[in-house]
Amino acid sequence: MRPAMQFVDRANYYAAKISVIKDSQIVDGKSIMQVTMLAATQGTVLKIIARGPDAQPAVDALAELLENDIAKNTENDAADSPAK
Amino acid sequence: MEIIKGIGVSPGVVICTAVVLDAEDYRVPRRTVPAEHKQNEVQRLHQAFLDATQEVTNLQIAQADLWDSKIKDIFAVHLHFLRDRTLRRKIADLINHKSYTAEYAISVILRDIGRQIAQTPDTYISERVSDIYDIERRLLRQLIGRRREDLDHLTEPVAVIAHDLTPTQTASFDKKFVNGIATDAGGRTSHTAIVARSLGIPAVVALNDVTRKCAAGELVIVDGTRGTVVIDPDEGTLKEYRGFAAAMVEHEHELDELVHLPAVTTDGVEITLMGNIEFPYEAEIARKKGGQGIGLYRTEFLFLEADHEPSEEDHYQAYMDTIRIVGDHAITIRTMDLGADKFTQQRRGIPERNPFLGLRSIRYCLQNLPMFKTQIRAILRASVHGRIKIMFPLITNLIELRQAKWVLADVKEDLEEEGLEFDDSLPIGIMIETPAAALTADDLAEEVDFFSIGTNDLIQYTLAVDRVNENVAALYSPAHPAVLNLLKRVYQSAKRAKIEVHICGEMASEIEYVPLLIGMGFNVLSLAPPMIPEIKELIRSLSLEQCQRLARKALSFDTDRQTINYLRAQMQERERHDR
Repeated sequence: MRPAMQFVDRANYYAAKISVIKDSQIVDGKSIMQVTMLAATQGTVLKIIARGPDAQPAVDALAELLENDIAKNTENDAADSPAK
Repeated sequence: MEIIKGIGVSPGVVICTAVVLDAEDYRVPRRTVPAEHKQNEVQRLHQAFLDATQEVTNLQIAQADLWDSKIKDIFAVHLHFLRDRTLRRKIADLINHKSYTAEYAISVILRDIGRQIAQTPDTYISERVSDIYDIERRLLRQLIGRRREDLDHLTEPVAVIAHDLTPTQTASFDKKFVNGIATDAGGRTSHTAIVARSLGIPAVVALNDVTRKCAAGELVIVDGTRGTVVIDPDEGTLKEYRGFAAAMVEHEHELDELVHLPAVTTDGVEITLMGNIEFPYEAEIARKKGGQGIGLYRTEFLFLEADHEPSEEDHYQAYMDTIRIVGDHAITIRTMDLGADKFTQQRRGIPERNPFLGLRSIRYCLQNLPMFKTQIRAILRASVHGRIKIMFPLITNLIELRQAKWVLADVKEDLEEEGLEFDDSLPIGIMIETPAAALTADDLAEEVDFFSIGTNDLIQYTLAVDRVNENVAALYSPAHPAVLNLLKRVYQSAKRAKIEVHICGEMASEIEYVPLLIGMGFNVLSLAPPMIPEIKELIRSLSLEQCQRLARKALSFDTDRQTINYLRAQMQERERHDR
């Protein structure tokens, strides 16, 4: 849940309304419930749309989060998790 | 609508509201409110979120120096969800549109989310489901408080959904309101199954996660005949099941007409059908259903119901109550068979590692003579007022049996000295429920007046299968050659010593096995009272000769699979014939 939480935290920082799209699903990027249910896994292509005064910085920040921090962290998690 | 398959352990169909006991025994009390109270429910919802948030924040602060990241994660997840406005709005909308209570709306939404997440192919995400249910519990705790809802205060017919049911819980069932039972765990002979059958309540066990899938207040169908539970059925399914339920009621009326007829085969062999009971009032059911006495009176409830050891008067009253109902039919009282449960374990300094093979039942009694003698005194005193037989459980060797008989003789002497009356020729019997007893039945038969084969435990110990463990339920098989072999031996030992032998396990109430038992020579069966008419109907449709042929064939197979397939085929053949 950590990546989802990181994303939602970052999104909530901005005033703009933020939508996240995966295939044909659109969810509110500020809602942990909706983002979790989007069930985006590594390699999924997500489209982020922001509408509001700070829309551009919001989109940039969230894209950076997904591509760098979250991608890196999920890799680390995978390496650390014990074999099932 | 969701359909879950489990093991049907008590036949019948019931359609009613669910009461869900989760691991913490929380019960969502009501499903809806009158329209004018909707506002109030939304208010309660917001307050619950606020309180829950406060609770988690406090926990976070209190455990700030915790460096277990997993626990920190849990707080973080909870807080995120609790602060999610769209979640709260979704629940509030449900309250406003459907007049749900805050509790029910929370349950519905969170379980829905849980269901959706669980279906994700990615296992990392689908395992987060437990987080969702955790949050649900946290919110419900705010609304319902730490009051443990028990089943004593039911006011309408319900189906009880639980992980499993303890003897203490089932002892407090109000049969008027508990119309169905569904549990995650359990097997064909777990306590839940036995109680459900005794009370004639439809029940399905081994459903795995029915407590998670079912929200309290939802409409459920418990189909104990087919072993299915339907949560929130659609119109079509509802109609179908109402049809089933009606057909069952009709069949029951037909069976009621058999009550005064004897259980006699078509070629004139009489089979004695008796009841297994736990409480005196069940003797009434046994009598109404045409049972000829009580083949097994389990006395453990006397020890479990109160929080103190039952006194001699407690015992005596229970036995007298039963005698009054049963009249001059026999009552076989089994001495205390507890162990591996709170009564004996609470009294131990160090819990036993394997209580089922430990100091329980007759072993416990022989090491706690005052308690044992108290029960025996009551049994003896009651014996002048009715046809009482005494039975010792879990006997594994001759010494144990002799010790128990000495204690009985001792108590007789005491009563004589006190001038109290008792039946000196009180028949003494033992439960054959261990391989040891079955294999040395010849010796044991010489020193008792009767045997009663407890097939549930005999099968369990012989096959080394925990009969209440849903994971190995398939291995527990009365049709296993080893089991049938032991039954045959015990029967022959009893015949040689010219003593009676009864069957008192669940096998005696199973339609596939009864013809086999009769064919093997058993003519006294003790079973759950509600099943007596159906088994009588079966017996009246068979001839002993048929049964003997069937038994010979069934005993010739190598595997339990072949045997059970044969028995089932025979059963289906009979049903086709009857139509």
